[in-house]
Amino acid sequence: MANPAITPELIAKHGLSPEEYEKVLSILGRQPSFEELGVFSVMWSEHCSYKNSRPELRKFPTTGPSVLVKAGEENAGVIDIGDGWAVAFKIESHNHPSAVEPFQGAATGVGGIIRDIFTMGARPVFLMDSLRFGSIEGDSDQAKTNRRLFAGVVAGIAHYGNCIGLPTIAGEVYFDESYSGNPLVNAFCLGILRHEQIARGAAEGVGNPVFYVGAETGRDGLAGAAFASRELTEESKADRPAVQVGDPFREKLLLEACLELLATDCVAGIQDMGAAGLTCSTCETASRGGTGVEIDIQLVPQRAKGQTPYEVLLSESQERMLVIVKKGREETVKQIFEKWDLPYAEIGVVTDDGQMRVRNGDEIVVDVPARALADDGPLYSREAAPFTPPAPLDLASVPPVDPLKALPTLLAHPSIASKRWVWRQYDHMVRTGTAVLPGSDAAVFVVREANKILAASTDCNAIYCKLDPSVGSRIAVAECARNLACSGAVPIGVTDNLNFGNPHKPENFYQLRAAVEGISEGCRAFNVPVTGGNVSLYNESPAGAIDPTPTISMVGRIDDAAHITTQAFKGQGDQIILIGDIGSELGGSHYLLAIHGRKEGAPPVLDFEKEIAIHNALLGIIRKGLVRSAHDCSEGGLAVALAESCFGTGFGASIDLGETGQRADVDLFNESQGRIVISVSSTDRSQVESELTSSGVHHRFIGTVTAVPDLSITTGPSVYIWPVSNLNEIFENTIPSLMES
Amino acid sequence: MRVAVIQFPGSNCDTDCQAALASFPGVSAEIVWHKETSLAGYDAIVLPGGFSYGDYLRCGSIARFSPIMGAVRTAADAGVLVLGICNGFQILCEAGLLPGTLMRNNGLLFRCESLHLRVENTDAPFTSALRKGQVLEIPIAHGEGNYFAEPETLKQLEANGQVLVRYCDASGNVTTEANPNGSLGNIAGICSHGRNVFGLMPHPERVCDPILGGTDGRGLFQSMIEAVEKPKS
Repeated sequence: MANPAITPELIAKHGLSPEEYEKVLSILGRQPSFEELGVFSVMWSEHCSYKNSRPELRKFPTTGPSVLVKAGEENAGVIDIGDGWAVAFKIESHNHPSAVEPFQGAATGVGGIIRDIFTMGARPVFLMDSLRFGSIEGDSDQAKTNRRLFAGVVAGIAHYGNCIGLPTIAGEVYFDESYSGNPLVNAFCLGILRHEQIARGAAEGVGNPVFYVGAETGRDGLAGAAFASRELTEESKADRPAVQVGDPFREKLLLEACLELLATDCVAGIQDMGAAGLTCSTCETASRGGTGVEIDIQLVPQRAKGQTPYEVLLSESQERMLVIVKKGREETVKQIFEKWDLPYAEIGVVTDDGQMRVRNGDEIVVDVPARALADDGPLYSREAAPFTPPAPLDLASVPPVDPLKALPTLLAHPSIASKRWVWRQYDHMVRTGTAVLPGSDAAVFVVREANKILAASTDCNAIYCKLDPSVGSRIAVAECARNLACSGAVPIGVTDNLNFGNPHKPENFYQLRAAVEGISEGCRAFNVPVTGGNVSLYNESPAGAIDPTPTISMVGRIDDAAHITTQAFKGQGDQIILIGDIGSELGGSHYLLAIHGRKEGAPPVLDFEKEIAIHNALLGIIRKGLVRSAHDCSEGGLAVALAESCFGTGFGASIDLGETGQRADVDLFNESQGRIVISVSSTDRSQVESELTSSGVHHRFIGTVTAVPDLSITTGPSVYIWPVSNLNEIFENTIPSLMES
Repeated sequence: MRVAVIQFPGSNCDTDCQAALASFPGVSAEIVWHKETSLAGYDAIVLPGGFSYGDYLRCGSIARFSPIMGAVRTAADAGVLVLGICNGFQILCEAGLLPGTLMRNNGLLFRCESLHLRVENTDAPFTSALRKGQVLEIPIAHGEGNYFAEPETLKQLEANGQVLVRYCDASGNVTTEANPNGSLGNIAGICSHGRNVFGLMPHPERVCDPILGGTDGRGLFQSMIEAVEKPKS
């Protein structure tokens, strides 16, 4: 089949602007071949080149004494956790594929992030997910579609994670109209490794053979990276061939074979084939190694006959790796891959001329300077629209609603309701390390081989980010850190997934910039590095852009198993203390959204200094063994936090907030930041109070854990009482009954 | 005591089982690759959970053709203890070492959660250290754990006391609500007629360490270890 002629139409179809094409011409000094045009197209897509976001991403704090591999250097950052052990972790999006094919889109998102981790030489140990869908309530076609997407994504994650044998131990799911037609699927993986095991994705050693290992290349996922860098339209369903098909069994074999191989000292460099497949892995390894790579397409294991070089280069078939082998050690590679029944082939060699050269037998189809392709792509500083901070919410415009009715309504909001329906489908216990199951503030995982305890949380309240991207993203960092503190952990690193709309629209670009600056400020405040992450732009459906969603995943360390703390109340008579203030801010709250149908006002104020003092004070009393439970106040405020601490315990709580001088709905449902509900034994109460006082953090005794299974809250003259079992039933049944409808 | 933990391609609870077994004094648990053909010298054999061969076609249906299965059968015939957990149970059924089969959960979804099991019979090397009627809290994690057997087979299983554990509620009542997958008779695990082969869907290896929230899985392993050690002493 003859290649098409290079016409302006073909160039535009490849997503290259006329200016970008000029740059291609000047790099090559000639017209590109059809294959080269495809290669530039995917490598210079937003997904691979970050051309619209890279100048912003440079603002992140990425260094620190514990950073062993920095953000952007390799497939994932690596952080020291002591005793010669380290963790590699990262989050990545698979939004567009999941919008058109939810099951495979989500499954391959999980597969991709797992490969990023074991490419670093780390053994993956757990997964998390951050998911966003449109509303799943009601009988509209849109709601039905959203339910189908939700069910498909969860099943896809379960399919891949369960089969490969990694526990999905935490996550978040929000439902909001802005994600209708453009769901978000962000998958996180963490792996563990010894310092000396860190593997590099560099093509080092001229003359070293280049091996292709793993699944055969097929036509699936053709130019998926370019697809992911466009807005979704009505026609996007026709892009289904751009979605890859995952095989978790193959990846399990690939994972074991690669770790076995990396333990042998035969490997000079290793790189997974993810976005832009063979193209990206060859030119990135050459660029990092300061070398060239030459491969022959005809040697690549292929699934179908008659695939063109263009198709083989741009395929995003899953479960494939590129391995640069030390010359003379080829036999070991062959033995290991034969043991695991995996295809492999020597497809090329490392060269000294800096070129990414692709042959199709005798014919050279691509001959491009690797570094120019990988690193000298276009960079754009987009225009950011001026931003006017939102006016604070006018409380007088919000008619008070009886808290007795409002609390059950909030617990029945799908974003707040129990996600058991989701995580029950995930194997969250395999690898026997899950010490705190999903559903508490942060998941806690014991890494047996390293004798380390890790905690992880993922958060982003996109309503806050929509109203004020800078404040919202700072809150996302603070809430992650707060969740870790509630579990007894100190943060050690952050990975972020920046999900935004089309950056060519100035208001969207402002959101991206403000979020990066907000996250940077947060990470500096908590003294944690950003170790890497992912940018997903063009998250738009015909109805417009999504709410800006800079998802934060934070990893923490727990020094002693005795410090592991959960949100559930532990014993009758325990004393309940609210750390922080009663609070008063309803702007951007779920109360305003779920009860009044309004997404407005200013999000709550965040004071890092206060926040850090609270986390430190909490950790101080946790380490002294004084804290029986800890739970932060987030969506739904204090009342939801108290109800959640009662669920599943058989206990109730009797709370008296005293005379607060404000409306009861404000007391119960405001989302002011820096607030944590703890319970302590009655004998420890005075010590806890004096410790908190000497730490300078606000706190107040608000009540007692009771044997009577009612949640009773008194504020001023009003008393509200709910049987916990009624609340729990609503909390647990909301999502199952919606999904069965 | 030496225990072989068989590693099929796609096994993913192999190291979990190894760690759980190794937490008992005097037990050495070794991973044995499925391409091996001998299990000589092992006192017990564990087929761990996972997705052998991706569970493509049907759970366990490809793994039963693995080279090691000949040695597993020989050992089982010779009376060596063989324990199949989750995918291991499915493989034992596919291999004909246990009767019946495991179908798709009646709710059609994968389920991972902690559940209660009632010990039905202690006259087996896998339950001898437990009490009849004892309630254990052990998690499940499977999409295909719906036990089915022909009525005649089921009758024999019950008559011979081969049903060792059933799904029950926290008080030990065997109810429809406590059945997570539609298994006939709430069956969670059965042993062979010779009582030395035991398969169950729940994962005892996940509750052998207090930091993971429970130790109810230890009794099953303890029974097995005692059964092996006793004749020696």
